[in-house]
Amino acid sequence: MVDQDLRSTALEAVHESLGATFTDFAGWRMPVRYDSDLAEHRSVRESAGLFDLSHMGEIHLRGPQAGEALDHAMAGKLSAVAVGRAKYTLLLTEQGGVIDDVIVYRLAEDHFLVVANASNAVVDAEEIRARAKDFDVEVDDASDRTSLIAVQGPASEQILLDLLAAEDSGVEGVTAEDITSMKYYRFAEGTWRGDDLLVARTGYTGEDGFELYVGDDSAEELWKALTAVGGDRIVPCGLACRDTLRLEAGMPLYGNELSRDLLPAQAGMGRIVALSSKGDFVGREATEAAQTEGLPVLVGLAAEGRRAARAGSAVRDGEGNEIGAVTSGVLSPSLGHPIALAYIDPSHREVGTELVVDVRGKDLPVRVVETPFYRRG
Amino acid sequence: MSAELLYSKDHEWVRVESDGVAVIGVTDFAAEQLGDVVYVDLPEAGSEITSGTEMGEIESTKSVSDLFSPISGTVSETNQAVVDEPELVNSSPFEEGWLIKASFEALPDDLLSAEEYKALTQS
Repeated sequence: MVDQDLRSTALEAVHESLGATFTDFAGWRMPVRYDSDLAEHRSVRESAGLFDLSHMGEIHLRGPQAGEALDHAMAGKLSAVAVGRAKYTLLLTEQGGVIDDVIVYRLAEDHFLVVANASNAVVDAEEIRARAKDFDVEVDDASDRTSLIAVQGPASEQILLDLLAAEDSGVEGVTAEDITSMKYYRFAEGTWRGDDLLVARTGYTGEDGFELYVGDDSAEELWKALTAVGGDRIVPCGLACRDTLRLEAGMPLYGNELSRDLLPAQAGMGRIVALSSKGDFVGREATEAAQTEGLPVLVGLAAEGRRAARAGSAVRDGEGNEIGAVTSGVLSPSLGHPIALAYIDPSHREVGTELVVDVRGKDLPVRVVETPFYRRG
Repeated sequence: MSAELLYSKDHEWVRVESDGVAVIGVTDFAAEQLGDVVYVDLPEAGSEITSGTEMGEIESTKSVSDLFSPISGTVSETNQAVVDEPELVNSSPFEEGWLIKASFEALPDDLLSAEEYKALTQS
């Protein structure tokens, strides 16, 4: 069942040796789980999980006009981001739809790193290159040589501190103080056994955690070092639990909650589009002209029982009128009841509204709830 | 996998008990492919099932799969334990994680032997 056309990360052999079950994700052969995705989910909520996210894209912009180029290319004002900080932003179409949601790190005054979803990495790089062509900036797609390892969960900080404290830890330039004082969406740079290392306090799980970027040649050693120092506090985690964790945290998944056909305002991300703080950018005109009133909006839904709505399930009001559709749904492992994200007619968006989801022919009563569904303690 | 079981190409197993009743479940291969099972929807006792047609659903955190009946007959019992604890499908697919028991007239011709099923899952 191995598709020869699938790409694999530098950690494939490690995943094989751990007995991972693989899946095709955006053209990559990725671990979907190692043993039990529920146990992996729980480990991230209670202790820590280790993820290979090397399928994601890493696009560097270097040059005196890197910030201006990104201001033109993206929805946010990236030139205003301080060195050492990161920002969540969107790459928009001319029509104001979402090409991708990305995190942009400012490594230096003239150096930014854009981290893209695997499914969009190639398109993002092309789009950024095209949009940056009139600026004094060099666009370098480093996706093929960069690995990303995430340590997520409440024990993450201590595990990183233990790695730094270990004799011959391999880490230079990042101190314990850097880690303990690092706030969310900040990062530090150093080296891992001589290779460039970026440690960011970011993640997609709703827990505290870090994401570590290194070159492909260093990925296996770093993975093994984190496994060794983490001991029984950390377990390898696949993409199955990544999805249940992010959904509990109410975080959108590109392709489900975000797409070229949806405006950021519909996803509750209107404020991410920096209309007031910067000049022209791709998607500005359409965003300003858009009539968003009455368009479907993203809401959280919760239900009783164990049967979960899934992407595509129709949402109806009390009178049986179809008012929207589910984009992601699962039986929440942490909460024990079904949760879902759905785009619905805004007249039903108020928290507490009782609705019905058609779960493969059977009606499931749901109510509109606030997101995130799960908030860390 | 057990030699005395018969298998369907949809990854259900069938064990004919001494009293002539068939016990039906899903295989360890299917359970592993599904991931952690969190919900099963089974036909009630007394309902008719038909070989090759949908008789229920099995959900993991990641996916929903139709359960196909490997035989034709009448459901005599559903496994309440697996309804209450769907994870039994993962932890004990051939024993505690059985799904239903059914009476039947004859077994369909298309059921596979252990050897044939093994060949199917390794192809």
